Amino acid sequence: MSDARTEILARVRAARPASAPPVPRDYRRDVPGIDVVEVLVDRLVDYRAGVHRATAASLADVLGGLLASSSTVVVPPGLPAPWIPGPVLRDSSDAPISVAALDEPGVTVVTGAAVAIAVTGTLILDAGPDQGRRVLSLVPDHHVCVVWTDQIAGGVPAALSRLPDPTRPLTLVSGPSATSDIELNRVEGVHGPRRLDVVIATR
Amino acid sequence: MSHGTGNIVALRPFPDAARLELDDAQLRANLRRATHTIRDKRLRVVGEVDDWEDLRRSGAAIKDDVLARLPELLEQFEESATRAGAVVHWARDAAEACDVVTRLVRETAAREVVKVKSMATQEIGLNEALAAVGIEATETDLAELIVQLAEDTPSHILVPAIHYNRSQIRDIFRSRMPGVAAGLTDDPPALAEAARTHLRAKFLSATVGVSGANFAIADTGTLVVVESEGNGRMCLTLPQTLISVVGIEKILPTFAELEVFLQLLPRSSTGERMNPYTSMWTGVTPGDGPQTTHVVLIDNGRTATLEDEVGRQALRCIRCSACLNVCPVYERVGGHAYGSVYPGPIGAILSPQMTGAGANKTLPYASTLCGACFDACPVRIDIPQVLVHLRQKGPKPAAERAAFRSLSWIMRDRRRYAAALRAARRGSAPLRGFGRLRRLPWPASAWTDSRDVPLPPKQTFREWWTKR
Ligand code: SF4
Repeated sequence: MSDARTEILARVRAARPASAPPVPRDYRRDVPGIDVVEVLVDRLVDYRAGVHRATAASLADVLGGLLASSSTVVVPPGLPAPWIPGPVLRDSSDAPISVAALDEPGVTVVTGAAVAIAVTGTLILDAGPDQGRRVLSLVPDHHVCVVWTDQIAGGVPAALSRLPDPTRPLTLVSGPSATSDIELNRVEGVHGPRRLDVVIATR
Repeated sequence: MSHGTGNIVALRPFPDAARLELDDAQLRANLRRATHTIRDKRLRVVGEVDDWEDLRRSGAAIKDDVLARLPELLEQFEESATRAGAVVHWARDAAEACDVVTRLVRETAAREVVKVKSMATQEIGLNEALAAVGIEATETDLAELIVQLAEDTPSHILVPAIHYNRSQIRDIFRSRMPGVAAGLTDDPPALAEAARTHLRAKFLSATVGVSGANFAIADTGTLVVVESEGNGRMCLTLPQTLISVVGIEKILPTFAELEVFLQLLPRSSTGERMNPYTSMWTGVTPGDGPQTTHVVLIDNGRTATLEDEVGRQALRCIRCSACLNVCPVYERVGGHAYGSVYPGPIGAILSPQMTGAGANKTLPYASTLCGACFDACPVRIDIPQVLVHLRQKGPKPAAERAAFRSLSWIMRDRRRYAAALRAARRGSAPLRGFGRLRRLPWPASAWTDSRDVPLPPKQTFREWWTKR
């Protein structure tokens, strides 16, 4: 008997259709005529993320306000230092922060994002220097994500085509962790961060 | 052609199972409320997308293209994933897939694995196979956990515990979840918190994660998991070793095709603009996430399904469950009656094709052919067409008679009958220009299988009379 790989490929070759008609591509590549910032804010509010506005100049103040009640602030290796004036725990590849430390009560993580999608209210993290390892935005109870207005795309196709390298680990975040498994009641904060704050900043 | 095995083979014929479930009024009430809620949400968010029909057409065509190029794309996926550091395995059927995964887990010496909800691992019966060699698999999706604690089986693709209400869930947690507070209430946030606490310790200590995948991308070797609770992210990120069981039909040619499916899937499935979390990973990333990743590509009856010219469209399915939520038969009998991990309209065409017509021979009759499933399907699977086709191919009269008896209650009640007719009109709306209808709801379908009939009237006499 041949091995599984050879046999499955042979079966598929024998069974597949001879050809398929060309793929129509009539859907929209972008969403024309929307204010991407306003739409993103609307979607974020809809799923109950905290939404805050800032400029490059006011970003540190806005973040300071959001971090006031945190016991520890964790940041990825490349998060610009001036964003957060107070003490931070900075993750690095030489000394990665342990999962146990991230799981302590009162930990907030601050990250940037690679791209955001307005119509779905989605933040895309691609493990870039200001986003870091996936675990950083997963285990702490509170995630603060800074999105620059020029990172916001209208719809899904435009956003995905902006990613520099799809083979990096990607996390798409659309709202706080949630379940609807009990009589379809939405309950937030099941396993991911219970609180998501998004700071929309203008350069 | 070799057929699939595992939890897709019904142990009881559909009519017998359906009759049992029909006696359960609580089940029917839970189901009705749930399916209608998701259905309404879905309609709202689909209505927001003005190129929805274009997306559906592209989605269907991309999947058809994949089926035509499957051997090349599978080889390309294997090559890309391997280059990125993943180890790719192949499995012909459920038993072989379980053997591969069991061996991989044993090589890590782990006694426990955490699982993110996966239809493929349910299909192959992985939890049972692992248990047989002393490895405990913990389902971490809340609904899957409920079902697992209850020693039950899932009854819906998306909401596996759809058949339980909150007080039933509280009772299951109180009696089966270790360390749960005795005073646990049936408040959904309290129940979710109990599950969070129960699972948190497992996530933080687990060394092996097991997943499925919603998509596998040939050009990059990327796997994609779409979820809501973050349990998926936990399983995909924290363990050292990650084993993903993936059906060979999950391939997409390029990363760019996700632009279609990430629009179609969440809106069709949970009725959200986007699900809370989507994770994508390609092989191994040093310093981030599992440092050993395996992909097990499974056939298990998929190539048998691919062989059938009419039936192969079932392989386009992206498991959104929209067809379940609009199905008048599913709404009454629930998922268990279908006897396979794939219930509802898609299950009625997928299971008998994967297993061969002998097993599951009554499933193609588990439908009124009202057409609502086709309208809801984001990849335009013409489920009624495949049902009729399978009925013509399959062992006919006995199965038909049995199904007839079991489903006749729909027709016995005037309200149900009216609903079925309304659904039939909705289903036929796109054909209205042609003035004839190719199929009627079952049981008249036995007749329309071989001829056209006039379209159902826009109003019934009763509706007209009530409005006067
Ligand atoms: S058949 Fe279509 S509607 Fe049903 S689960 Fe599959 S993709 Fe969704």
